[in-house]
Amino acid sequence: MKAFEQWVAFQTIFQREVRRYTRIWLQTLVPPMITTGLYFVIFGNLIGQRIGPMDGFAYMEFIVPGLIMMAVITNSYSNVVSSFYNTKFQRCIEEMLVSPMPNYVILLGYVLGGVSRGLAVGALVTGLAILFMDLHIHNLWITGLVISMTAVLFSLGGFVNAVFANSFDDISIIPTFVLTPLTYLGGVFYSIQMLPDAWQWVSKANPILYMVNAFRYGFLGTSDIPVGASLVLIAVFSAGLFAYCMYLLNRGVGIRT
Amino acid sequence: MSSALSIRNLRKVYSGGFEALKGIDLEVEQGQFLALLGPNGAGKSTTIGIISGLVNKSSGSIAVFGRDIDRDFSGAKREIGVVPQEFNFNQFERVADIVATQAGMYGLPRKLATQRTETYLHRLGLWDKRNERSRFLSGGMKRRLMIARALVHEPRLLILDEPTAGVDIELRRSMWSFLRQLNAEGTTIILTTHYLEEAESLCRQIAIIDGGEIVVNTETKTLLQRMNTETFILDIDEPCEAAPAADGYAVRKIDSTTLEVDVVKDQGLNQLFSQLMTQGIQVISMRNKANRLEELFVSLIEGNGATTAEP
Repeated sequence: MKAFEQWVAFQTIFQREVRRYTRIWLQTLVPPMITTGLYFVIFGNLIGQRIGPMDGFAYMEFIVPGLIMMAVITNSYSNVVSSFYNTKFQRCIEEMLVSPMPNYVILLGYVLGGVSRGLAVGALVTGLAILFMDLHIHNLWITGLVISMTAVLFSLGGFVNAVFANSFDDISIIPTFVLTPLTYLGGVFYSIQMLPDAWQWVSKANPILYMVNAFRYGFLGTSDIPVGASLVLIAVFSAGLFAYCMYLLNRGVGIRT
Repeated sequence: MSSALSIRNLRKVYSGGFEALKGIDLEVEQGQFLALLGPNGAGKSTTIGIISGLVNKSSGSIAVFGRDIDRDFSGAKREIGVVPQEFNFNQFERVADIVATQAGMYGLPRKLATQRTETYLHRLGLWDKRNERSRFLSGGMKRRLMIARALVHEPRLLILDEPTAGVDIELRRSMWSFLRQLNAEGTTIILTTHYLEEAESLCRQIAIIDGGEIVVNTETKTLLQRMNTETFILDIDEPCEAAPAADGYAVRKIDSTTLEVDVVKDQGLNQLFSQLMTQGIQVISMRNKANRLEELFVSLIEGNGATTAEP
């Protein structure tokens, strides 16, 4: 397949993904706004005023980056896992398998679809945050880079989950039992400086902590973790997952007999 | 002129150890209209799956218009259009989007994809339904949608896996007409079907696969010439007490106005009618007891005795 044809095929998959989640916007774009809005009201405004400052910032200011990141992680992951599993379930994955598209085009199409939903939700939630506080961004480039790289990483994770999923239960197990606990324990609501030393070390084994802190640095200019280390970690995980996805696609795991 | 499809010693062993294909060879010339017949589990769908990239082969080689799938699968796939047995499109997408998306997956630019989508939705009688969600189409329309989708990149080889299963007679006839026209325009067609009348009516070549092996691969007329005996049902004008005697023919009485007679190849029917006439018996109408190809198919499969179930 020529480069231009691959580009057309990539656009086709990406546009189909965008069409899919915008068609069902009530299920994909609105719920994260409601959930995060409730966090802003309850934790940020009501409880936050009693908690007092965190790392020198109002509690609302402190949790906003983590909550945006949480929405991006959840949505980029769930977009790819549900969409790709659905193509397996409805057998329309065969449309892609019989076509001459290289596997990396399929993968990139789905990943960019997941990234776009993650970033769309991130933008909506950020817009919502502006209603509750004056939003300042310390470093726009770091903010954009971290959020985009994180969306890529979790889109790839969603793809792996979908490849192995054999039922709708299988696509909710990882988000429920792995992603949600890791996100809540990833420094969204607190600084790990508050924890005893032992728990700080345990927390540092949680990759989401690095992403939340790097993103918070972009907003507030403060982080529990060096930003460079976070970026390297996200890049290494993404490269590893990309290679693993390609291996699964080339072998036909979960998609070919 | 290279073959449209050339299969050499193709084997497929599933992970459980079941050998679905035992080294088949099949040559399909360009412009051919081939029926691939076989009982359930014979290996038809596995063969189609391997050709189209849905099933990994265990060994052997396949070339599509001279392109080996191990060396240039992308090029080979471009030449193939596949219409599967089961509906395999997104039930929530619009009809036109399904066809245009498939065009995009073959690298057709948007403008051309839109033109082709319109062309094939018109040809398959689905243009009025272009904005419908696919799940709201009738069964026959869904089948036609899959044909339109398979044709949108204008493949030179079209493979249809039981395209008329569960389709009413009128629609089946119109599909036959469309496929004949497509074949006349130069598209090589491979068809699997359980309707042997369909194979006899449409296809110039027939391959029969059974137990993972090709047991017959020849021209339809050559295959039909193999039949030694045909059984006819005769409707007669006056009731008869017993089966009339006819020299050289085995005549049986079904009921008072219906007879069944075995006619050996080259024996002809004139002698039979003459003998019945002399006994005052007029034949009003006559038909084959069963489809000719069906009789032959059953005898070949029973003779092979290798039918197995696919996992």
